[in-house]
Amino acid sequence: MALLETSKYSQGSVLGSVNPDLASERQTASFCVEKLTALLDGGAEQTRIRRAVVEAIQSDPVFSSENQYFQTQNERYEAAVRKAVHLQKKMHEMGWTENGPEYKYIYRALSGDVAFLLHRVFMRSISVLGSDKQIAKWIPLAAQLRLIGSYAQTELGHGTYLQGLETTAIFDIATQEFILNTPKISAMKWWPGDMGRSATHTVVFAQLYIHGKCYGIHPFIVQIRSLQDHSLCPGITAGDIGPKMNFEAIDNGYLMLKNVRIPRENMLSKFCEVRPDGTYVRQGSQKINYFTMTAVRISLISDEVLTPLMKACTIAIRYSVVRRQSKLKPGEQEAKILDYQTQQEKLLPQLAAAYAFHFINNYLQELFDRGYREIQRKNFDMLPELHALSSGFKAVITHHSTAAVEICLRACGGHGYSLLSGLPSLYTKILASCIYEGENTILLLQTARFLIKCFMAASAGQPVPPSVTYLAAVKPGKCPAKNKSDFLSPDIYTEAYQHVAVRLISSTAAKLQDLIQSGAKKYDAWNQCTVQLVQAAKAHCHYITVKNFAETVEKLETKAGIQRIMKHLCDLFALHGIFLNTGAFLHDGYISAAQMDMVTASYLDLLAVIRKDAVPLVDAFDFTDKSLNSALGSYDGQVYQRLYEWAQKSPTNKMNPAYERYLKPLLHNALSKL
Amino acid sequence: MTMNADLRRERAAATFQPLLLTHILDGGPERTRRRKEIEALVLNDPDFQHEDLNFLSRSQRYEQAIRKSSLMVMKLREYGIADPEEIFWFKRTCIGNVPEPLGLHFSMFQKTIETQTTAAQKEKWLPLARGVKIIGTYAQTELGHGTHLRGLETTATYDPATQEFILNSPTVTSIKWWPGGLGKTSNHAIVLAQLYTQGQCKGLHAFIVPIRQLGTHEPLPGITVGDIGPKFGYDEMDNGYLKMDNFRIPRENMLMKYAQVEPDGTYVKPVSDKLTYGTMVFIRSLIVGDSARSLSRACTIAIRYSAVRHQSELKPGEPEPQILDYQTQQYKLFPLLATAYAFHFVGAYIKDTYHRISGDINEGDLSELPELHALTAGLKAFTSWTANAGIEECRMACGGHGYSRCSGIPDIYVTFTPSCTYEGENTVMMLQTARFLVKSYTQVSSGQQVTGMVSYLNDLSRQRIQPQHVAARTVTVRINDPVSLVEAYKARAARLVEAAAKNLQAELNHRKSKEDAWNRTSVDLVRASEAHCHYVVVKLFAAKLSEVSNAAVRAVLTDLCLLYALFGISKNTGDFLQAGILTSAQITQVNQHVKELLAVIRPNAVALVDSFDFHDVHLGSVLGRYDGNVYENMFEWAKKSPLNKTQVHESFHKHLKPMQAKL
Repeated sequence: MALLETSKYSQGSVLGSVNPDLASERQTASFCVEKLTALLDGGAEQTRIRRAVVEAIQSDPVFSSENQYFQTQNERYEAAVRKAVHLQKKMHEMGWTENGPEYKYIYRALSGDVAFLLHRVFMRSISVLGSDKQIAKWIPLAAQLRLIGSYAQTELGHGTYLQGLETTAIFDIATQEFILNTPKISAMKWWPGDMGRSATHTVVFAQLYIHGKCYGIHPFIVQIRSLQDHSLCPGITAGDIGPKMNFEAIDNGYLMLKNVRIPRENMLSKFCEVRPDGTYVRQGSQKINYFTMTAVRISLISDEVLTPLMKACTIAIRYSVVRRQSKLKPGEQEAKILDYQTQQEKLLPQLAAAYAFHFINNYLQELFDRGYREIQRKNFDMLPELHALSSGFKAVITHHSTAAVEICLRACGGHGYSLLSGLPSLYTKILASCIYEGENTILLLQTARFLIKCFMAASAGQPVPPSVTYLAAVKPGKCPAKNKSDFLSPDIYTEAYQHVAVRLISSTAAKLQDLIQSGAKKYDAWNQCTVQLVQAAKAHCHYITVKNFAETVEKLETKAGIQRIMKHLCDLFALHGIFLNTGAFLHDGYISAAQMDMVTASYLDLLAVIRKDAVPLVDAFDFTDKSLNSALGSYDGQVYQRLYEWAQKSPTNKMNPAYERYLKPLLHNALSKL
Repeated sequence: MTMNADLRRERAAATFQPLLLTHILDGGPERTRRRKEIEALVLNDPDFQHEDLNFLSRSQRYEQAIRKSSLMVMKLREYGIADPEEIFWFKRTCIGNVPEPLGLHFSMFQKTIETQTTAAQKEKWLPLARGVKIIGTYAQTELGHGTHLRGLETTATYDPATQEFILNSPTVTSIKWWPGGLGKTSNHAIVLAQLYTQGQCKGLHAFIVPIRQLGTHEPLPGITVGDIGPKFGYDEMDNGYLKMDNFRIPRENMLMKYAQVEPDGTYVKPVSDKLTYGTMVFIRSLIVGDSARSLSRACTIAIRYSAVRHQSELKPGEPEPQILDYQTQQYKLFPLLATAYAFHFVGAYIKDTYHRISGDINEGDLSELPELHALTAGLKAFTSWTANAGIEECRMACGGHGYSRCSGIPDIYVTFTPSCTYEGENTVMMLQTARFLVKSYTQVSSGQQVTGMVSYLNDLSRQRIQPQHVAARTVTVRINDPVSLVEAYKARAARLVEAAAKNLQAELNHRKSKEDAWNRTSVDLVRASEAHCHYVVVKLFAAKLSEVSNAAVRAVLTDLCLLYALFGISKNTGDFLQAGILTSAQITQVNQHVKELLAVIRPNAVALVDSFDFHDVHLGSVLGRYDGNVYENMFEWAKKSPLNKTQVHESFHKHLKPMQAKL
């Protein structure tokens, strides 16, 4: 049934029938794929809307990503601009609005291959940081694309640490202007998207100086290119920063400012204002701004991390039932590689992680929605917890998912390395998420700071936020499991994760205290404990993820086999985590050596169980062939035919000038002519 | 330009002389001298200057590579450089670390002709190949078949009437796929195909097949050949496909040193098939060396950049510190630095061992080959997996700029990472090693002694007689002593091999088929192989220390060796705890000592990467420049980007302007 429902999404394929090795996998699904898709989407209605958006976009030839693996950086950039321009029109035609239910699916349908993403950040920062007057002036212009914006924060020599930025904005009372400068090479703005070629305006973060006094980092709207002919404005040096591992379509740029004057009104002044006489005024609470940063970290998880992870799982798992290699039993045909335990051990935990992260993402979204409502009521109590969770989960999920996509790539043997598999570009794209919006190690240390603080508070009997109340209930003890099936009990493994998190946080707190008491400076003690602190923060996030997965499974409807298969995935996710970190669980004897063998046995048993549903589990992600853009992962499984057909389209097969120029003289021993 | 002040300070503070360490890595001062002499030949030669490859299209990069390969052939002849290692030094300096479309011609094609042909065949083909009158490649892998050679589908059917073989690619999955240089460069290929004669399949054999017309370079009738399209890196390489349709070659084109087909179609069997092991061992040993070099380059870039980059504050009120001063940064990079050194010594060991016993092999003594074969399979996988992850870690440690192609690390990664798959997929390699380990374990269980790197398994039987032995061992591990740590790793390997072997036996006792039991134990088996390889690496590193005569160099290498061993324990504490090799208290000490070692190594970090002695040309990195002038040169580099060719990009006129006009 699942087959009939989804087959229409493979119409783009020229190849027709489904590979029998893949078809047979779908006939034995233990659950209803369509129901699981609806669960992932948040309801059947959402699924319907999403499919309609995807269909509308992917049936439009202007949005085609065909042949993109063969294109140069210039061609990719041009296509992205073309798509962005066309999207305006399309949205109008379809009646989609930015607040409508369709909006969030557009990006997924385009696989992110569209220009002017930073334009959105430009608009958001004006909405959040601008005064009402500024919003009224700039937002309509931006919304109609009368100007194209970017967001220039990072500098060549400065990233995560904002206070270190060196760009200056000096207030000139005489002309009521700010004079912006890039005082040295390391202060050049570097990396902002859309800035290299497209943007006409950008929000520049600079150190504000009034009367020689520095007031710290503030945002300024700066025009960088002419609205008439797109040439650079006086005093502006800007361009593209050159090729990266991915994001060929995006013109990440550099920007140098030399005595660029902008009117006083161009400083975004919702929270801070410079009066005409040079008086500096702070107003309102900046905490909402802080909230925006944390919200961005959460919002990127779905599109930038989960989608590529789910795509990679889909490609690798489908390919693994099509690819046959060696023999498991003498006399039989070569086995599907997914039947090898080592292949299952590579791929199935990544599949389980994709589901685990999907559910934790839902949890975080709900928490943030609640936090946002509170903040609108001027209640900022939830902020520290939200900040700690967003930092920690951004780091843990991006790190884990990046590693998972690479595992998927390498699990596809040689063909995984072909760009036509789709996996290299998924990998090179997702791995950037470990750096942007906060470098992961730094983010984990922020979470750790929160955890240590809460642990101290909890130890002193003070109240702590809900997600860390477990720190107050430190209880010694041993894991009660008696046989391997006990480890399929969520209570048993959730408890084990909690125990490890508490142990790591409390022992690091103790170590910090020791160092400080023995005379170390606070910052020195902190630096000496950072390796442990990072581990503690990871353990906390891992625990919350497992706990949330188990609780989610509990609440699922038991019909249609969904709960059963999700329970298996939850168990696998939890046990795989223990299997990879045996030392942490064995350390204080919470889990004994004999119990650890049970964990391993239980974990390996689960692989064989989930193996049977592996293909339906990735089918449930419901990616179209065009979204996957993979010769290995298409719905019909016609892997080899597709690889062969796509390869012939490569420009390298069109001509070979190197033959006449070099090979021919080489073969004819006319080397001296080279 | 002057040297960056941070790097100058770092170099001045080193406790040892990097050049002495370079000598050790090169295998003696004389070899260092000769290496630099050869590198200078290239570096001072204007013919080898070229544009930054990052800004070229794939076709352009291919063309550049062909140009340089062709030039190189000429220059090597001119300079009379013929020693393989000297050729290697020359090559890597002139083509950098990118693959070479002619690479397979010089390696696999020529080597196969040298080793698998009869005297008559050699006489015909070798001068053609050596003189580059023909260009060849080696076509084994097919679209649907990789590591499992017996599964290949290409057929070569003997026709006694015309004394020819008829080659066919009967299915889509049988199309030859991936061979380097096949797509556009080669006019000949050694094709591996299932031989059919007198109606019987005789298994895989090698054939020399002409694929393109000499003179015009057009594909021959019956041959479909082309490039397989863009990959993750390897832009220079025309990895190709080859489809054959009733393509006929003369009988003499089958490589007949071992197996033969007589004119009437009679098949003559080869003597031994173990001989091909030799080549595999050799190539896998090269990958171990490549793991070391690739990781060393990434470490050089990341550590130099971390000394130049300043970020945040460590102490309130003070200037932003070098990021190398953060414990988390040291924890990312120094264990990798130690690993790079460890792998250098392992690579050198395997190469020496191979050369030592290759004399025996030629004389037909194959007794040492199975162990070396098993060891190199595992070490190939172990080192390439570790280096692969390490290169990525180095890139991440460079923050956002690591992601730019100007950092050079993306290139190192994409060029290196396929080695996890080629020449034997790593998991399959680990399982080959495991097979040897289980066999050795079985021998020990049945009372025989085993020798070589697995001799520690002999102790297992003794331990079973004295059950106290393992427990007694815990207190004897001294975490400051490399030799004692080797023992700890040995104990871990022994315990994991034993556990895997026992689990395998338990599965067999469930009356499962042998293959099923093996499959159901394979995760355990891979773990056992990893533990074995890890032990070998620690052992070889520790053994190296005693060979170092200079005290200052020995001291710094000892720090690295300890860090390598202790970090490995701290990352695998579960194994050591579960087996009772170390107590929890000792694990805590190990973790603490790792952190202390980070601080000890910190002052020598830059000198330790300088000792690898990579020229800036070898690094291809703006972040890793010897002089440390990173930011100025990033700007210079970016200005050359193709998107910056015009001040106003054409898409403004094509798309943006019309859109804004319509609004």
